[in-house]
Amino acid sequence: MNNRIKNFLTTNEMIVVYIIIGLAILIGSVNPAFNSISTVVNLSRTMLVTLIFAMCEMIVIVSGGIDVSFPAIACLAMIATGNIMLKNHIDSVPVAFIMGALIGASLGTLNAVLIAIVKMPSLIATLGVSSMTSGATLAIFGAKIITNLPGKLDKLYKVSLFSYTNADGITYSLTILILIPILICLLGWLLLKFTMFGRGIHAVGGDIRAARIAGFNVKGILFFVYILSGTMAGIAGVTYMILMRAADPSVLMGSEMMVIAAVVMGGTRITGGHGTVIGTILGVTLIALVKNNLIMLGVPAHFQTFVVGLIMIIGTSITSLKAKHVANSVKV
Amino acid sequence: MTETFLELKDIYKSFGGVQALKGVDLTIRSGEIHCLAGENGSGKSTLIKVISGAHDPSQGEIYIEGSKVSRFSPIQAIEHGIQVIYQDFAIFPNLTVAENIAMNRAVSTGAKIMDWNCAKKLALEAMEQIGARMDPDILVENLSVANRQMVAICRTIINDAKLLILDEPTAALTSKEVQKLYTILRCLRDKKIAVMIVDHKLGEVFEIADRLTILRNGEKISTGLIQEYDRKRFVKDLTGRDISESTYIPSTSDDEVFRVENLSRKGAFENISFTIKKGDVLGITGLLDSGRGQIGDALFGIHPAQSGEIFLHGKPIKIRSTTDAVKNRIAYVPEDRLTQGLFLDRSIQDNTIAASIKKYFIRGRLDERIMFKETQEWIKKIGCVAPSPDPAIRTLSGGNAQKIVIAKWLNTKPALLILNGPTVGVDIGAKYDIHRMLHQLAEQGIGIIVISDDLPELIQNCNSIIIMKNGRIAGTVESSTINETELAEMLSSQ
Repeated sequence: MNNRIKNFLTTNEMIVVYIIIGLAILIGSVNPAFNSISTVVNLSRTMLVTLIFAMCEMIVIVSGGIDVSFPAIACLAMIATGNIMLKNHIDSVPVAFIMGALIGASLGTLNAVLIAIVKMPSLIATLGVSSMTSGATLAIFGAKIITNLPGKLDKLYKVSLFSYTNADGITYSLTILILIPILICLLGWLLLKFTMFGRGIHAVGGDIRAARIAGFNVKGILFFVYILSGTMAGIAGVTYMILMRAADPSVLMGSEMMVIAAVVMGGTRITGGHGTVIGTILGVTLIALVKNNLIMLGVPAHFQTFVVGLIMIIGTSITSLKAKHVANSVKV
Repeated sequence: MTETFLELKDIYKSFGGVQALKGVDLTIRSGEIHCLAGENGSGKSTLIKVISGAHDPSQGEIYIEGSKVSRFSPIQAIEHGIQVIYQDFAIFPNLTVAENIAMNRAVSTGAKIMDWNCAKKLALEAMEQIGARMDPDILVENLSVANRQMVAICRTIINDAKLLILDEPTAALTSKEVQKLYTILRCLRDKKIAVMIVDHKLGEVFEIADRLTILRNGEKISTGLIQEYDRKRFVKDLTGRDISESTYIPSTSDDEVFRVENLSRKGAFENISFTIKKGDVLGITGLLDSGRGQIGDALFGIHPAQSGEIFLHGKPIKIRSTTDAVKNRIAYVPEDRLTQGLFLDRSIQDNTIAASIKKYFIRGRLDERIMFKETQEWIKKIGCVAPSPDPAIRTLSGGNAQKIVIAKWLNTKPALLILNGPTVGVDIGAKYDIHRMLHQLAEQGIGIIVISDDLPELIQNCNSIIIMKNGRIAGTVESSTINETELAEMLSSQ
């Protein structure tokens, strides 16, 4: 039993928890303004879209692949949905999300075809799709940012789960959109842990040949994974548009590396087969904390980027050193 | 009398123009351990693939439990209770023991929900049946090779295996683990399961098999109860030639080739001293962590010794890196030739000249013509079965690949050749060729060190053997004065 507790305390997830707690104490002791509910509200706002991205990226990495096309897909979904709705005078929240999801799903299908049928390496396939998508987005819709979103979408922004007014009279409200990543995390957890399909994703990531011998529909699993990833990216794009009250055709580009870093820091092994929802949430939290609150420590802006990199290296080297330790340790 | 489970009659299989199987008959009975022996390229794997439904035979009939089956597919084979455990086990390192054991069954029943409790229960039941004990919640990546094999066996049991085929199951096991595996196989046999193992290690075949079938060049050479065979007939049927098992006795000489004094490296070995004279083949043996392999690594400068002296032809030399070792014409055939000794995807020629490429760098460019010619000569000289210097190493069998590793070093004209596990995974014929080659080299005055745990190999080929224990020399024996049992006892005694 003692051993179990020890194992639990040294899991990848717990290590990230320690880093988060350590960082929070440090920031909180230097700048007491950190210790307030507003931090939580701001943090969850920053995490919101990143977490959706991170969840789909985690599932892709568990299956043994990688997806770098989601920012481009999200941008297209955002700008296309905004444009089409404005031009056709459609004003409905469900339609926006369905449209975003469909756009994402179709590009996800393209990824899946390239990877599962053409057998391209996933990095190259999604890199190509990313570049194509982003180019097409700018070519079709231009670089113009839409700020006059349809009324109902814009209203959704103001709906909050709860709000809090601090002593200075500034109100912080937690947007209802936070329910989207929460729901995705919950469904993702159920899928990965308790369905044969989810276990199949692990199996494919662990040993694709053994998965085939065991009788898994490997192609089907890969298709599902990339289409899911695309769909989530589409939904994330629409969510971002509502959250920011604007549709920008290139605002999310370049966020893929940060997302992958958050996923890997949460204990997901880049080589596939290992990854948890909790770890991913923690990894995203850590990155968001660093990005949002380092300024409270008086760290200058350029140094922030430096520190983000530093924490990434420390965080991921702990997990990879652990993996190495597992590989070298005495086998039972 | 036990009943026949599987009968193959007159099986032919060809790939393109190559006949892999030429009229093979095979009968496997329930409740027996049947050994399928054959050298590399004899058609063993093709035959297994026919039995498991992966290959359709070009000709011939298959009967399972007395009734003829046609159009045999892998799924049908599994439905008939035929299960194959390949050398890599086809298990998932990232999943738990319980999940690995239960997964195939869950997939084949079309389950949608992962039932962790049920998986655990099944796993514990299967482990109970074969007397294995493992934590069902542990990840398979934390298991030893032997336990991974247990997981694979458990998985076949819950799939109601009636015929279990194991492809070279002992290849990566220690002798203790082999014994445990045999206990399990015997237990399965007593449960009326037919077990077929593919093996060509002489000692093991005689220990475990009830019946034996020997293949050579795609033909069945002989089959029968194990009692009908002795070592000589087994080797004869397997290789098609008479191989004498004589011991190596060098002509004595006083010319010193290589001497080591008080060599030490912290945590690996201590105070190692020995001398090799012209004609000597020195054996170094010991259990897995005795430091036997580390001595080889140290002499080749991979993990250099920290103190002690090394003399080559009487002159002191320093070995601090592999570059130093190569400069002093020391050659090393490493334990894991696939990852350490060869470039698998490069041609035979590239591998043969890899250690001596400078020699071919003439007037600013590599002389392709000479490289090709010399590789051809080496292929002939060392008896490597290959049509030309062009094929990739990956396409060669273990024995032929090992010959190329040796050729690579001989091409550097070494003064000292260290071989770590020279014949692991090498079949009997090629093994014999390699041994003969070592003797010739020793007589030419090249110092030879063979590091191995293959005791018969050491006794037959080395004139003296150093026994290592916990990093120290526990004793040195003249191989002409000792037999295998005595040596094994010396190894395991404290």
